[in-house]
Amino acid sequence: MSARAPRRALALHLTVVGLLFLAQFVLPAYHHTNVARIMVLATYAMGYNILLGYTGLMSLGHAMFFAAGMYGAGLPVYYLGFGAPAALAAGVAAGVLLAALFGLLALRASGVSFLIVSLMFAQALYLASLYFNEITLGDQGFIVSDRLAPLRLGDKSLGFHEPALKYNAALVLFAACLMLSLALRASPIGRVLIAIRENEERTRLLGYDSLRYKLLSLVLSGGISAAAGASYALLFSYVGSTFASIQYSIYPLLWTLLGGIGTTLGPLLGTGLMFYLVDVASGITSAYLLLVGAALVVLILWFPQGILGTVRTKWLPWLP
Amino acid sequence: MSFGPHLFLALLEGTVSAFVLALTALGLSLVFGVMRIVNVAHGEFFMLGAVLAWFCSSAVGEPLAGFLVALLAAPLAVGALALAADRWILRRIDYHPESTIVATIGLLYVLQQAVLTLYGPDARPVSPPVYFTIEFPWFGYSGYKLVVAAVSALLLAATWWLLTRTTLGLYMRAAQQDLEMAQALGVPARRIYAIVFALGAMLAATAGVLVVPIQQAHYLMGLDPLLLSFIVVIIGGLGSVKGTLVAAFVVGLSDGVVSVFFSPTLAKIVATLLVVAVLVARPAGLFGAARS
Repeated sequence: MSARAPRRALALHLTVVGLLFLAQFVLPAYHHTNVARIMVLATYAMGYNILLGYTGLMSLGHAMFFAAGMYGAGLPVYYLGFGAPAALAAGVAAGVLLAALFGLLALRASGVSFLIVSLMFAQALYLASLYFNEITLGDQGFIVSDRLAPLRLGDKSLGFHEPALKYNAALVLFAACLMLSLALRASPIGRVLIAIRENEERTRLLGYDSLRYKLLSLVLSGGISAAAGASYALLFSYVGSTFASIQYSIYPLLWTLLGGIGTTLGPLLGTGLMFYLVDVASGITSAYLLLVGAALVVLILWFPQGILGTVRTKWLPWLP
Repeated sequence: MSFGPHLFLALLEGTVSAFVLALTALGLSLVFGVMRIVNVAHGEFFMLGAVLAWFCSSAVGEPLAGFLVALLAAPLAVGALALAADRWILRRIDYHPESTIVATIGLLYVLQQAVLTLYGPDARPVSPPVYFTIEFPWFGYSGYKLVVAAVSALLLAATWWLLTRTTLGLYMRAAQQDLEMAQALGVPARRIYAIVFALGAMLAATAGVLVVPIQQAHYLMGLDPLLLSFIVVIIGGLGSVKGTLVAAFVVGLSDGVVSVFFSPTLAKIVATLLVVAVLVARPAGLFGAARS
């Protein structure tokens, strides 16, 4: 890797963020909302990627962190009248707490056991969100927007129904998390995480407490996923149990796998492509999840590195 | 109804579902134990069994004949499908544990959505092949449910016999204990893997055929048996047939009792957290013994 690689990478990431900023002025209304949604979901996938791509831990329960953020932000708005910034903070705090608690329990298991513990833990929380439906309103969910006060910036007051606010808030969230994951990758901590992914035994022999690093990675991953969930609740106004179901744990896996595991921009690419594929397919047939299944099988059989992983191996070795 | 009969009913329901669960979970447990992979599509094999049973019974017309045809044809069809999945997907990724999970999640969606397309979103009933009620002093109980328990018990015994008394079973147990040594001694590992995967799928499909007169056939019905089978297999211990059977009864009965007296959702939450506790208490993990 050349010495110019980090600067090139930074330039590429700033260009992506810049293009996303400019896109809002040319996109038609329908795609405008879609791209805002994609940016929030891509943030979720980036959170997932920190655990799977950097640390090598596959989870089948990330919906619990997304949902923790969603309920952590949505319930205080609905019942206590929180404003958006406080609700976002509450959502992230809920995700971080859950990730720490889950990590302390589940990181004692490894490999496939960790996978199943994550699936089971998330399923228990999903069922709990149905069981306590007097509070969470279960499957039916609730709408946040009519209880959410407009955002105050200086002397301006911005309502959450404004498309421009949705788009730019999603962009700020996305850009912040993208830069965080780029910085993490280049940092000493990121390198230890990657070392754990490549060979945990050896990393431990070198004197690193791998459990602590895995816990840190899980908390970061859970926190970012929760930030995405909280933003989704605030920007798109709906909170419901569906977002805690297994399907929402599988989505970030698919998005990351498609875009490229362990690449910083892969989650955005994978989420965007899959979002539009599903969007087109669901217009044609009600069995659009067939596409999700076929994509998973095809990717794991022929393109386990995903799009950007393949690009990195073949053409651009500096791609982070 | 007073407490005693109520509890009796709960235990009766629990026993019937425990037998069906044991059959489904045994399939998952064999695949888990011998091949060291987690088949996330296992519940869809169960669902396919139920849906194929509906097709058979509506094609044949007469309930008993339709049921017998389904009991034969559905597991065979599902077994053939499993063989194809083993050949074209699992073997190509070399049974890598995590890739297998991703691939079988994909398979889960493909099968489920294919059924949605071909069969539709409705839950459809199948009339039971035999119809009689057993009169207890407090309530009448469907005789077919007891037939389900009996057939399941028979199949469990047959699988037990296969594992312990035949050469094929010997090969399976050898592959489970030490794959390399087994191969060195001439056990055809690839063929054993294919057979185990197909057998696991057939057990699930048979369970699906058996429950469809009680439960109706629906394209989303695979998720519950999958999660319950996970729970059973983990609590029972990796690859242990005895453990799987014991755990199926513990989970089936407690599920029945908690469902009747409290709520089915609460029963599932309790069972799920039980699994987390078991896994966390065994930090070496399910595959700890197999890896060393």
